Amino acid sequence: MKEITYLEAIKEAMDEEMTRDSSVFILGEDVGVYGGAFRATEGFIEKYGEWRVLDTPLSESGFTGAAIGSALVGMRPIVEMQFADFISCAFDQLVNVAAKNHYRWGASTPIVVRAPYGGNIHGGPYHSQSIEGFFFNVPGLKIVAPSTAYDAKGLLKAAIRDNDPVIYCEHKYLYRRIKDSVPEEDYIVPIGKARIAVEGNDVSIITYGAMVHTALEAARELKERGVSCEIIDLRTILPLDKKSILNTVKKTNKVVVLHEQTKTGGVGAEVSAIISEYCFEYLDGPIVRVAAPDTPVPYSAQMEEAFIPQPKDVISAVEKLNRY
Amino acid sequence: MDIKREDLLQLYYYLKLTRRLEDRVTSLYHQGRILGGAWTSNGTEAVSVGYGYALEKNDIAAPYFRDMGVFLIRGISAKRIIAQYLGKKTGVTGGKEGNVHVGDLNFGVLGFPSHLSDNYPVGAGAALAFKMRGEKRIVAACTGDGGTSRGDFHEGMNFAAVRKLPIVFICNNNQYAYTTPLKLQMAIKDIAERALAYGIPSKIVDGNNVVAVYMAAREAYEIARNGGGPTFIECKTMRMHGHSEHDSAKYVPRELLEEWKKKDPILHMEKHLMENTIARKEELDGIDLRVKKEIEEAESFAEESPYPSPEDGLKGLYATPVEEE
Repeated sequence: MKEITYLEAIKEAMDEEMTRDSSVFILGEDVGVYGGAFRATEGFIEKYGEWRVLDTPLSESGFTGAAIGSALVGMRPIVEMQFADFISCAFDQLVNVAAKNHYRWGASTPIVVRAPYGGNIHGGPYHSQSIEGFFFNVPGLKIVAPSTAYDAKGLLKAAIRDNDPVIYCEHKYLYRRIKDSVPEEDYIVPIGKARIAVEGNDVSIITYGAMVHTALEAARELKERGVSCEIIDLRTILPLDKKSILNTVKKTNKVVVLHEQTKTGGVGAEVSAIISEYCFEYLDGPIVRVAAPDTPVPYSAQMEEAFIPQPKDVISAVEKLNRY
Repeated sequence: MDIKREDLLQLYYYLKLTRRLEDRVTSLYHQGRILGGAWTSNGTEAVSVGYGYALEKNDIAAPYFRDMGVFLIRGISAKRIIAQYLGKKTGVTGGKEGNVHVGDLNFGVLGFPSHLSDNYPVGAGAALAFKMRGEKRIVAACTGDGGTSRGDFHEGMNFAAVRKLPIVFICNNNQYAYTTPLKLQMAIKDIAERALAYGIPSKIVDGNNVVAVYMAAREAYEIARNGGGPTFIECKTMRMHGHSEHDSAKYVPRELLEEWKKKDPILHMEKHLMENTIARKEELDGIDLRVKKEIEEAESFAEESPYPSPEDGLKGLYATPVEEE
């Protein structure tokens, strides 16, 4: 085992997959000579050459479309969106071409779109968005959002080897802030499987991405106050791991759903609906959502902090729920 | 560049096959036997037949919806096309899609997404793969005049030009984007001017002359195949039906249609073949008879084919399904 950061995990996953499989390549803005806005592909162009690490013109729809076309004839492209926010420009290619190819005419489209997302970095409305909700309602796509270096590496490898289009949501705030152990040898984390980040008995917190760490911090504090939380890290958002969601509800009977995405129509709404539909009788209280308010992500520190769910918000939601 | 007699006769055959197939589809539509809409290439068949026939077996076509000639030439049969229109299980997409939204990698045809010009960058990506792997294959991507105003047209062309990809961009300029005439679509005279902005050489050809389209495409394909990068070919033609068969195209001046009727691509080719003593009338009649029979057989096949089951609609979302425990 070795300790690496979340960003190093992403880098290693790409590096190892590119070495293993010559059909894997990277394209996006400034990924080549510069090594990417977040340095995820630093040194790659020197190692793999300019035809496997392609700097593209500013044209998200164009290079996403090109990635799709290359995938249709046997390549496994990794598209880097410089910021997840820019993925909106590629919406049509992802939603109407990539997501529907296999259903419509049986052609698999093995592309990975890396989407550096999320706030807490003072990026403002166009460099902080959580974009998973845009694509959550699109059958044919897969969406993953790792919270640890271990999962970041394993899920990216799984996404690259997967035969469907995968949107890989990597949280910018975690890049250099977290570190954990990964095995020296090759491994993957399967798409579609949540994990129990912390076992507990009183209240379940179902979450993903950077909010897993917010939940962990809240759970530590709550433990001191005598409340035992179970934290479910979804890891894959589309399709959701229904079984893991239902299992934790059956165990604790109380649920907080936590995400950085805005509240209305978010992933949490679906998780809540699944719980209500399939294990209503196990609930001992309302399903509580802790999510960002329905506004763009504000820039100024005080406003941004208020926008992003904080441990204190989780603590008060859990305590309120626990009183039921 | 020369063209063999058998190729000329094949071009004629595919023109007739395309026309007769789409005429049959039009009739079926008006009889209410087609589930959804019917889009044809009537009057513009020489474009798809010309550029489709110039492709080699391992090349890739990234077509648009008035490219029936390409589907047929690549090997997507008339049987599967009519079955597709009828929503049958034997249709190109097994009933998942209707009309000309087809694609089949077994025949080197990328699926057509309804959003026009989406296939320009997608085609460029296939060409990128060929270049990366050092394969001598090329891509032909097509769109209509309407599609040339969309961003994907420009992003696809620019990317292909910058990377000098083995792709040829075809434009079926049939003068109308649904109801909107060219003058309300762009302030330039020729669509080919748009290629200039990306450093892509262009050609303007008579889109009703199948030999001219074929020759222009073949020449451009050779340049692309040999590392010379993309070419843009604007085929000037005229859509003789409405946007789709529900549309009587009253917004198109009748004189314009009368003028273009005289330049019909099939009449043009017949004249070319006979005046140059390449083929006699009887031989062309023989081809037509063969085409008629083929369409009749295709229709019977489609009629007799089963419909998909409701459950079939739930299948095939993912190539790698995520197992639920």
